[in-house]
Amino acid sequence: MMKHLRLNRHLTERLGFVGLTLMALVTVAPIVAVVIYILAQGVPAISWEFLTGLPRDGMRAGGILPAIVGTFYLTIGTAIFSVPLGIAAAIYLSEYAPENSLTRLIRIAIINLAGIPSVVYGLFGMGLFVLFLKFGTSILAASLTLSIMTLPVIISTAEEALRAVPQSFRTVSISLGGTRWQGIQRIVLPQALPGILTGVILGLERAAGETAPILFTGAAFFLPRLPNSPFDATMALPYHLFVISTQVPEMPPQIQYGTALVLMAFVLGMNLIATTIRSRARARRQW
Amino acid sequence: MEKTLNWREFVITRLVRASGYSAIVFVALIFFFLLREGLPTFAEVPLSTLFSLRWYPIEDYFGILPLITGSIMVTLGATLVAVPFGIGTAIYISEIAPRWMREILKPMVELLGGLPSVVLGFLGILILSPFLRTFLDLPTGLTAFTGSLLLGGIAVPTVVSIAEDALDSVPRSYREGAWALGATRWQTIWRVTLPAASSGVLTAVMLGVGRTIGETMTVMMVTGNAPVLAITPGSLFSPVRTMTATIAAEMGEVANGSVHYHTLFFIGMVLFIISLIVNVAASSVVFRSKKRAERVLS
Amino acid sequence: MTDKIVIEALSLTYSDGVESLRNISMGVRENAVTVLFGPAGGGKSTLLRCLNRLNDLTEIRASAGRILIDGENILDPKTDVIALRRKVGMVFARPVVLPMSIRQNLTYGLELAGEKRKSRLDEAVERSLKLAAIWDEIKDRLDDPAIALSGGQQQRVCLARVLALQPEIILLDEPTSGLDPISTGKVEAALLELKKEYTVILVPHSVQQAARAADFAAFFLQGELVEYGEGKSIFTMPKEKRTEDYVTGRFG
Repeated sequence: MMKHLRLNRHLTERLGFVGLTLMALVTVAPIVAVVIYILAQGVPAISWEFLTGLPRDGMRAGGILPAIVGTFYLTIGTAIFSVPLGIAAAIYLSEYAPENSLTRLIRIAIINLAGIPSVVYGLFGMGLFVLFLKFGTSILAASLTLSIMTLPVIISTAEEALRAVPQSFRTVSISLGGTRWQGIQRIVLPQALPGILTGVILGLERAAGETAPILFTGAAFFLPRLPNSPFDATMALPYHLFVISTQVPEMPPQIQYGTALVLMAFVLGMNLIATTIRSRARARRQW
Repeated sequence: MEKTLNWREFVITRLVRASGYSAIVFVALIFFFLLREGLPTFAEVPLSTLFSLRWYPIEDYFGILPLITGSIMVTLGATLVAVPFGIGTAIYISEIAPRWMREILKPMVELLGGLPSVVLGFLGILILSPFLRTFLDLPTGLTAFTGSLLLGGIAVPTVVSIAEDALDSVPRSYREGAWALGATRWQTIWRVTLPAASSGVLTAVMLGVGRTIGETMTVMMVTGNAPVLAITPGSLFSPVRTMTATIAAEMGEVANGSVHYHTLFFIGMVLFIISLIVNVAASSVVFRSKKRAERVLS
Repeated sequence: MTDKIVIEALSLTYSDGVESLRNISMGVRENAVTVLFGPAGGGKSTLLRCLNRLNDLTEIRASAGRILIDGENILDPKTDVIALRRKVGMVFARPVVLPMSIRQNLTYGLELAGEKRKSRLDEAVERSLKLAAIWDEIKDRLDDPAIALSGGQQQRVCLARVLALQPEIILLDEPTSGLDPISTGKVEAALLELKKEYTVILVPHSVQQAARAADFAAFFLQGELVEYGEGKSIFTMPKEKRTEDYVTGRFG
């Protein structure tokens, strides 16, 4: 009787573990499949002309340079606004903020910023930057919109990195006659830098891949030249992929897959850089 | 010397604090602009029209019910995909997988989180929907079901990472206690670890759902965008149109300040409020359980 | 001999309601080692942290009394705490070397104060390392990361780091609690040298260490100063029953 029960228990456990393993595999397998498939289909499309040329024949031929450059500009523009602001906010939360209801409100606000649908950011960016501040549909307006969307990612990862720096470093710095800021500037920030950098890149990675927030704030359907000021609209890789896969009839699949590959490489490349920085810093850490 | 130091310290402290407060300012600004452009809808569109079954803006039909049901249908479907697979994967990673497997799986899941949703939408159009159309013998492959599958995939990384965090933070001593009492690892997972992590897992589910409601590009590309009321189980396999897709698809073509424009902002306002509720609820679960843990520990 | 520090009716309650110091009054002699000892939670560390205002970092509900250093009340809100902390250095229980080279650890405090001249910095490095009795051991690897040193060496580097600022008072909070007996001996030997020039206040990690090091000793029990006097007399013929019980090992 006992023995029977035990056997049964172990059988359940065995079956359960197999089931969970299968679930994990079913979750991960499509990711691998997607990446490999896009690689396989997209690589033949990649050529010098594709990467450096302007689109021709209603985007059915030629290259995607304006979209590549546009995404690059948007990412840089997003970084300019969101990185300093996000890091400063993280410093406030980790180093200065008292435990009170105002701080709790800030935290709730950050959680909410992280949860607002991307298309709502698009509406907001259009209302504030495009129309109210009259920036027009432009790189500037789109970058600002993406910055606010990226902010919560940067703040929360940077705060985590700052908090991971041992409290004792701050105490020692103060006991040696340092001000709070001197300790942050000379010890805490340098030590947290790899973690902060990882968060920044992950945040910007999201911004680079987003379409909805730039739909009405800065993305151009078709613009066969490079933007030459922050007040120009621009093509962008994710929007371009959307356009050529839904809006243009008789699109050669090669160009679609090529564009998808370039976008994926751009985004996953950033992801790879971020994870490399993180694992290296962990191995090298002095505490 | 001392003077300049103090002055610098003063300025920096103020700047840093202002940056911290900016998060509140941004949420307020977003809400303000949505209200400013969305509230006029109430004056321009009669409530009976707004809550009717027909969305056909060209002829002044602004019924948002089909859009709401479309969003709910797709979200429900995605939740049914993301929750079991997300939590299952999280349990596998945190409780069962050998170390090397964990090192492979975690970055993979993160990778999925980083894939742009247009790429998934693109593959949905080219591969998934033709496959589903022939496999399920449907008139079109662009359905709520297709959207649910892809959206589930988008929500999975969120669910996995938060649920895994929660499982990971269950003290090892809990598990050891259960093993010492003769429980198998399987029993320990279900009777000890998972219940102990329940608030974190709940947060994972809620944030995953939040992520799904707000997803835009993928749904717009693969759900067929037909604004019909979706309340029967059968409508899971027919085209629907979500709130997010409606905004994304139509905002580019409306005149600023028109009724249609205001209605789209009104929909944005509804989305904002939904995400506000979901996130405040999710974070209050976290806060409350943290407080409980603090009480237990002190 | 004069009192360098005069503590007058000092009381302190932490914000979680714990009363840490109750009406403490004592004078601390210049150029001597004053030991604050007693069981854990007696208020010794809290008192130390008052002396360089490190308690400013902790949430405090209420405090009363005065601490006079060279006749000035340092608890006065107008006190320049930065200058105070340079004058009153502190070594912590666990050696905390900053994540940088040994040399940078030593010059850190001076650089915060704005000292940029390399000659001055080098001079301070050598002088303070010699004072902390570690110069000979590490003079050839000053640019190595400080974390690579042994625990005992790290703690002496921490002491040297304080000395580099040329303080007048040195506070040591169980500085040898994590060290082996040999390293402990080296740190204690350094202390004996130091008291010639500095006012040293030590929270020891054992009664034995207290007895070895003390010129003066103060016994703290649950926030109260039970007995205070010359080291020799307290450890051989304490006046208070409670002191005697503790010193002879009946509790604690």
